[in-house]
Parts: sequence; C-alpha cells; structure tokens
Amino acid sequence: MLKEKYAKEIESLLARYPEDKKVSAILSLMHIAQKEYGYMSQEAKEEVADILGIDPTHVLSITGFYSLYYEEPVGEYVLEICNDLACALRGADEFIDMACQKLGVQKDEITPDGLFSIKNVMCLGACDRAPMLQCNLKFHEHLDEEKFDQLIDHYRQRAAEGDDRAHEVVDKILIETHH
Amino acid sequence: MTHIILRHHDVENIHELSVYQANGGYEGLKKAFSLGPKAVIDEVKKAVVRGRGGAGFPAGLKWGFIPGGDMQKYIVINTDESETGTFKDREILEKNPHQVIEGALIAAYAVGATKIYNYWRGEYMDAAYACEKAIKDCYASGLLGENILGSGFSCDFYNHFGAGAYICGEETALLNSLMGDLGQPWSKPPFPAQEGLYGKPTVVNNVETLANIAPILVNGADWYVGLGTDQSNGIKVVCLSGHVNRPGNYEIEMGKVTYHQLIYGEEYGQGMRDDKGFKALLPSGGSGPVVTADALDADVSFEGLNPFGSMMGSASIIVMDEDTDMVWATEKMTHFFKHESCGKCTPCREGTFWLEKLLIKINKGRGTQEDIQKLERVATQIQGKCLCALGEFATSPVLSTIKHFMDEYKAKVNTAVPVPAD
Repeated sequence: MLKEKYAKEIESLLARYPEDKKVSAILSLMHIAQKEYGYMSQEAKEEVADILGIDPTHVLSITGFYSLYYEEPVGEYVLEICNDLACALRGADEFIDMACQKLGVQKDEITPDGLFSIKNVMCLGACDRAPMLQCNLKFHEHLDEEKFDQLIDHYRQRAAEGDDRAHEVVDKILIETHH
Repeated sequence: MTHIILRHHDVENIHELSVYQANGGYEGLKKAFSLGPKAVIDEVKKAVVRGRGGAGFPAGLKWGFIPGGDMQKYIVINTDESETGTFKDREILEKNPHQVIEGALIAAYAVGATKIYNYWRGEYMDAAYACEKAIKDCYASGLLGENILGSGFSCDFYNHFGAGAYICGEETALLNSLMGDLGQPWSKPPFPAQEGLYGKPTVVNNVETLANIAPILVNGADWYVGLGTDQSNGIKVVCLSGHVNRPGNYEIEMGKVTYHQLIYGEEYGQGMRDDKGFKALLPSGGSGPVVTADALDADVSFEGLNPFGSMMGSASIIVMDEDTDMVWATEKMTHFFKHESCGKCTPCREGTFWLEKLLIKINKGRGTQEDIQKLERVATQIQGKCLCALGEFATSPVLSTIKHFMDEYKAKVNTAVPVPAD
C-alpha cells in the first residue's frame, strides 16, 4: 500500500497545498503510484483516490488526459522518443524506426523480456539535442545508433543486477526531496 | 556580450546560492524591500516587461490587476514549456534557478502573495533538481519562509509537477491542473488576477519573464527601457532548432539581431546544416505563421515580423532547409495540435482532427484540389471560436503554408498516378 510505504513522503507532498485542497497533489501521487505499479492499474487508481478521499473515476479521467500516465502495462524502461517537427528535422523519425527494429517491437509494444517499450511522444523541450528520448523521465540527448545500443546495454545490465533505481527521477524529486 | 538571463555562460556554478549571491544575487529583492510594494510595481510597469511565454502581455500590468487587501494571493510560475521548438525555460531553471526564484519573490512581495507554486511540465522533473536544491538553500538562508531577510515579508515556494499536457501552458488550464483537475481552460472572465488558484487573486508569469525582474530592480527601469526597441524592451532568449549547424538557446537584445544573423552568425546558428539553402522558418514553434526568405532581414522583436504576417511569440525558431517538404512539416505540426487539444471546444477538437486527416490524405498522394480548399475552410472555421489560443495556433501552420507553398500542395494533389487505398 502506497499510503503505508510512502507515508512520510505523501504527507510532505500534501502539505504543499491548503487544508481543503489536497486534491492538488493528485498528479504527484500518481507519479509515485505509477513508479510502484508500472502503470495506472486499477489498484493504483484506487489507492490514489483513497489517499485523497476522491472517487476513482476522477483518477481514471486524469490518467486518460495526461500523456505521462499509462493506461496499459509497459516495459520496465519506457523509451519515449520525440518525433515532433523540430526533432524530425534532425532525424527522429528514422531514429524511431531504427529503435523499433533493434528491439524487435512496434511502437507501444513491450519486448518479450518485459524490459522495454517504445513510444513516440510530443515535444520534450530538447529540440536542440535531437534525436533524443526520455526513459522513465530521464533525458538522453544527441543520440545516434551507437549511443542507442550503449543505452540499451546499460539498462539491460542494470536490470540484470536487479535495478532498484529504474525510477530514479521520481525517487530523486518526489520521494527523497522534502522541505 | 554579458548575459542578463543566461548568466551561467559568464559565471560558473551560478546555480549555487553562494555563487549567485557573490555575483549580485538577491540584491534585487533587497532593493524591492527598500522600495515598498507599490514602487516595485511602478518600476516594473515603467520597464514594460512583456510576457516571454509568447503572448507579450506586460508583467507590471498583470501585477497591477491584483486587488489590495489581506486575502490569500498566489504567484504561479509557468514552467509548462511544451511548444514544439521551445527549450529555454528548462535551461534557465536548470542553470540559473535563483534568478527565477528571486523574480518570483519580488512579484510576491509586490502583490502581497505569500505562496509561490512553480508548475513544471512532468517531463522536466529531472531538470528540477537544481531548483529543488536552490529552494532548500533559500529556506536555510532566510530567503524563503518566515520574515525573509528581516523584512517582515514571509513567503513559501513549492515545485509542482504536471504530467504531460501542452494545454497546461495556457494559464487557466494550468490553474485547473494545479487544482487537481483536467488541464482545460476556463472562459475568461474571471481572470486569474481576480479569481485564480483556489478562487484567489493569482499572477501567472512565465519563467523567462520572472528572470528579467531582479536585474530591472538592481539596474533600474530606465536601463531596461534603453535595451531593445520602442515596443520590445530588453533582451530575449531565443531557441534555435532545426536545420542549423549550432542549435541552442541564445540571448539577444530585441530589435538588434535579424533572423538571418541568428541562422548564419558565428555566435549563433553558424549557418545551414550541410550548406543547404534556406527555405522557411517557424518563428514561434508551431503557433506562429511560417515565414520565408524575404522575412530573414526582419529583427527579432515583438513587432519585427508584423510586416510578414507573423510574430515572434516565444522566439522558438525552427529552421527548415530547401529539401524540407512543407506539407509534411504541416502534417507534423497539425498532429501535435490534434494530440494536444484538450477536447473542450468542438471547433478545436474536431477541427484539428479533420485538418490532420486531410493532410495525411494529401501527403499520401490521394488528395484533390478540393481537399486544399477544404483544409482552408476547416482552418478558418476554427478561428475565433475557441476558448483559448490553441485552436487559433492550430490553424496557423496550415494557412501560412497554403499561402507560401501552394505549389507544393498542388504538386501533391496533381499526381497523375492513382494511388491505391490502404
């Protein structure tokens, strides 16, 4: 249960908002829930709703509205590649094709080992460093085929070692940082 | 040139509080405390700091709309930087976070706000680490929290993370999102200055706008007015991307640098990639009309592109070379707007869907002359009918490329070879 496991962190996040406006914390709580469950599963939605005292259907509608929440299971490492115009002018479309081919999946599919899925996403605000991708919110920029191979090797190795930092960005910003 | 916003180019480790303070940091806040709230607003009004998120609305006026009285008031920083081609606010907050915090504190002091929320797009969570650290250091040094620097003024600062939605850059959508709801705009009035966050008076300012404030208080409004042009005071951070040799963020004095210089200048883009010829540029991400070579001698300022039917906006310049297929580029931009439409207004939700559908058809070689007219018709039917500017923006790549590159559209629909359906 998130409520118990992250009691201190949740309390700190809720404290950022006025007494009767705690629903403001919903997006952050969902980031934590998704880190824990991999995607916004029924359980994840219900736990967030329970913490905030709101109906799970509200969490469902938020899940559908914002692109960083996944409605279906994804790989442990989600490679979100931007191929908006500015990135596409620097080869992002070809980069996505290459990435899909290397991993042997189509967009939105999960590799058989459960490690990766590839998504194409809208602008990530790193157009000067294209092609680029974010993996579980960590940016990887100035990419090419060779660097992509290295990145995949890196994550495979981490997974083999039992990666407990797969969601290091959420950990660093929402779990470990309090004030 | 010495940077005013992108100061990390001149001062190493300026993201650290001690370094920032050793280089004049938080002197603007001290100046604000000595002037008093009303004089601070007057100074910022006099400087005419037009909003750097793209809309260009003067920050001082915005602050002046906040009513007096003791009720709770808020400052909200708009870090939902999501326009295609825009990547300046991330760099500013990552490399020079204290200048934004200081600007927001001055704004809070001026309008009597005691809470600042910094709304980040969720994708920038990693970039927020420097800002989180900066906030902690500020609390530890008496620059945030109770009785800041003994002034009697107290203020809290919180980072808040979104979760991927371009529309949340629109201020009322952002506020709805911050209140835990879908990020959809509301019909104004009420304006945020009257009823914003939690129904309380709220100022929403862009990151870059706030980064201008401390230097203005330190150097005076007259100094700032002396920079730029009559209608565009000060400096601007320009995001340069696409087919240039050296894409990146560049700080310029408005009115003093042309688009041509930005692309070809040694200190900026260093020319077109692979020495290709220039074809067109989008001056404001996807939301400003495309311009062609005749506009390259225009200067970068709020008014510079007026004669060419376009605008500076957020100065997110996407450069395209002679080989770029403009109908393809239009489909890309249209797909973005369709994806990011919040769905509230029918003309935008349905219109962007049809625009994309028509563009895909034309790009696949299955379009007709009539489809080009249909594109124009759908786009003009979206205009003026939506609550926020997204609908309007979505029409601009379509209409401006039809205006400048009709020959490319025609070449695609006049294909003699019938293409089989999928």
